[in-house]
Amino acid sequence: MEERFHMIENYLMIRMPKELDHHQAEILSEKADLLILREPVKNIVFDFEETRFMDSSGVGVVVGRYKKISCFGGKVYAVNADRQIKRIIQISGLKKVLNVIE
Amino acid sequence: MNNEIYMEFDAISTNEAFARVAVAAFITPLNPTLEEIADVKTAVSEAVTNAIIHGYEEAEGKIVLHCILRDDLLHIEIQDMGKGIENVEKAMEPLYTTKPELDRSGMGFSFMEAFMDDLQVQSKPGEGTIVTMKKKMSGVPIALYEE
Repeated sequence: MEERFHMIENYLMIRMPKELDHHQAEILSEKADLLILREPVKNIVFDFEETRFMDSSGVGVVVGRYKKISCFGGKVYAVNADRQIKRIIQISGLKKVLNVIE
Repeated sequence: MNNEIYMEFDAISTNEAFARVAVAAFITPLNPTLEEIADVKTAVSEAVTNAIIHGYEEAEGKIVLHCILRDDLLHIEIQDMGKGIENVEKAMEPLYTTKPELDRSGMGFSFMEAFMDDLQVQSKPGEGTIVTMKKKMSGVPIALYEE
């Protein structure tokens, strides 16, 4: 499994890239979706520790993965989100589905 | 402070980062806050991404980035010569997207509106789109400190 992704029980942990834009989003979503098919993924944790930039393409990454797992009762979580990332989560309305862990 | 930049680059996704970093560098002399830098970078990223995904539908093309600084007013124009938008009003509705299969959130124009003071979209099907954004910057220009 790639370094950016690892499984802890039925949680897929994803280390988000430094700049989460359309360019990075496409690469990341493709790899995440492959793992969702192959591994027993129930929930997803997005780790924003390294992330300093995120635009609406990043919102699409979270919503798109949420759609894939929510039909089986899965949940999505955000950890280590800085002020800027939290602002994007707030303004986009992502908070409705994404559980932000302090 | 008055300044102007004009550049043209390929409509490829690696240039999304290039464009927003270029604009961030352009406004640096205004001594912007971290939040203002993030706002401007996000808005530029959204407009350039739209040009690539929707304007050119990820095919070959050029994007023009034109920034003007007049005192504390930042004016950004992002232009593509792509397919244009049939219904601009509809395109600007929050969560509206023509490409849900690509995980597009439909938040692009909403983000531009939220992060900038003014947003205008001119588009003609078959000719392209010009996105014009304005923002009043709060910072005291560095040049004033030096005097």
